[in-house]
Amino acid sequence: MFHYTIKRLLMLIPVLLGMTLIVFAIIHAIPGNPALTILGTKATPEAIHSLNRSLGLDNPWYVQYFSYLKGILTGNLGTSIQTNSPIASEIWPHLAATIELSFVAMIFAVFVGINAGIISAWKQNSFLDYTAMILALIGVSMPVFWLGLLEQWGFSIKLQWLPSIGRDDIRNSVDPITNLYLIDTLLRGRLDQFWMVLRHLILPAIALATIPTAIIARMTRSSMLEVLKSDYIRTAKAKGQRMIWIVYKYALKNAFIPILTVIGLQTGLLLGGAILTETIFGWPGVGLYIYNAIQYRDYPVIQSGILVIAFIFVMVNFIVDLLYGLFDPRIKYR
Amino acid sequence: MSEAILKVEGLKTSFFTDDGEVPAVDGIDFSVNEGEILGIVGESGCGKSVTSLSIMGLLPAPPGKIVGGHIYYKGEDISHAKESRMRKLRGNDIAMIFQEPMTSLNPVFTIGEQLMEAIRLHNHLSKKELIERSVELLKLVGLPRAAELLDEYPHELSGGMRQRVMIAMAMSCNPKVLIADEPTTALDVTIQAQILDLMVKLNKETHTAIIMITHDLGVVAQMCNRVAVMYAGKIVEEGTVKDIFNHPEHPYTEGLIKSIPDLYGKKDSLYTIKGSVPKPGSITKGCLFAPRCEFVMDKCQVNRPELLGDGHKSRCFLHQGQGRKEVRK
Repeated sequence: MFHYTIKRLLMLIPVLLGMTLIVFAIIHAIPGNPALTILGTKATPEAIHSLNRSLGLDNPWYVQYFSYLKGILTGNLGTSIQTNSPIASEIWPHLAATIELSFVAMIFAVFVGINAGIISAWKQNSFLDYTAMILALIGVSMPVFWLGLLEQWGFSIKLQWLPSIGRDDIRNSVDPITNLYLIDTLLRGRLDQFWMVLRHLILPAIALATIPTAIIARMTRSSMLEVLKSDYIRTAKAKGQRMIWIVYKYALKNAFIPILTVIGLQTGLLLGGAILTETIFGWPGVGLYIYNAIQYRDYPVIQSGILVIAFIFVMVNFIVDLLYGLFDPRIKYR
Repeated sequence: MSEAILKVEGLKTSFFTDDGEVPAVDGIDFSVNEGEILGIVGESGCGKSVTSLSIMGLLPAPPGKIVGGHIYYKGEDISHAKESRMRKLRGNDIAMIFQEPMTSLNPVFTIGEQLMEAIRLHNHLSKKELIERSVELLKLVGLPRAAELLDEYPHELSGGMRQRVMIAMAMSCNPKVLIADEPTTALDVTIQAQILDLMVKLNKETHTAIIMITHDLGVVAQMCNRVAVMYAGKIVEEGTVKDIFNHPEHPYTEGLIKSIPDLYGKKDSLYTIKGSVPKPGSITKGCLFAPRCEFVMDKCQVNRPELLGDGHKSRCFLHQGQGRKEVRK
């Protein structure tokens, strides 16, 4: 297990290097000049030239790439062209916002999705099964931005139950420590703020969770249907075990590998920053951060942002790979 | 022998498919006494497994359903008992061993977890007692390294070992009746013999009645007291092992016995019963075996024979009314 982990970690290096190269290439293939964006369309050629030089943009691409790579290795993600401050420190609050939102969304998706899938499979072809699967179909097909707007209209404007925008209340803003507000408010002992942060999380988290919930529910259902037909489930029944216990203990552990895979992929996707959800709910996450950078042609920010997202995606899948062995003893790591 | 511990009366089990009702078990009667080993023999598809699943209340439902008859366990009709009642009986009073040892154990839980669960469901024991009892059971079924096995997973065991674990699990609560549904079919011959010996030994030691479901007459001859021969959802002949082997009455039984390979025979090919088991429900008139029978008579095509006889019963006109010998000539 230990050797396998080390081996897998070493194998991540070429993957990550490839990622930096691809990101670098794509960004530079996009037409448009950052210097022009910064200085405006009326800038003189001399001004553009001197800005290009000071930003290092007049160097050949491989020089730019290696200086970028050297920066990453020393923990320096570069400097934002737009704000002139280091990206490494600038990106964390955004990343934390996305992590917090994704985490809450995934807890919702896993809990609801797995249970819906289990009940569907257990009571196959029943009213419950059909209802859950129709809802899942709607869930995967519904555009997130539309669902987000509906939520805001219903729960914020009409019912006025929940806030519609942002991570916290501007008049009562959270004093960040880790930038994960749920943790920060607890660290500062501000339960009132904890509740306020939680209320801000609910609507965007549900909007973000719909697609993963539906996908997890469908995967759970099909995987459980297969398992529930197997001989060892019959054996468990023949022992006199209760059905609910058989389903949740025996069957679920067997059915969990494909579900875990889907959970991993979806977590990776959510952490990548859900631009639509973050835009609608004014959530200052990493998706919104990169989106703004793209509009501004802030190359370093785009590069580093995408790199961080890709890194998280790779790591989540790496963790999922390691978790497989927990659920199925037949999986051996060598 | 004492009185019947499990008694099946006129059991009818059907599967309701898109093509209509398929009667898999069509009115069978048998009983098994305490400490007895009853063999139920028949070809694939004759309703043996459905009978055992009906007794256990484990029919896949839908589409399977008991549509008639009764199953009495110690005088209590359990054919339509509540699920909660059946849960108490399963494993504790009536246990079952299945045909597929390779897939009957849960692959993601250890042998110990699965064995101890079977015990815990019907007994209140401490963790230490559970482990002791599990080790004792694994030793009882002749498994070496019993204590280590508890922490191993099914995939680390051979087929024979897994079937022994299944037997240990089935015997864990000292059931009164053990239903063994082709327990040796998936195992190779030497292991088969060991497993059968083990079951006979357990039967002698614990007085558990065993219903041995098999298609192998050799198994029946080796371990059973009485035999019921099933054909197309019905019992066609029933009697002691001696009766069945020495004086088979039904042509089907006779055919089954004739088709056993003889070590000393010099035949080039084995005897076969022509044709195959009819699709359930496809024959509506006359004897179900008539299309395949060597001794078929006119009335076999029209009337359906009953299971008649005293002790040694058979469902054949050859032994009811006119004597068989006459027809044979």
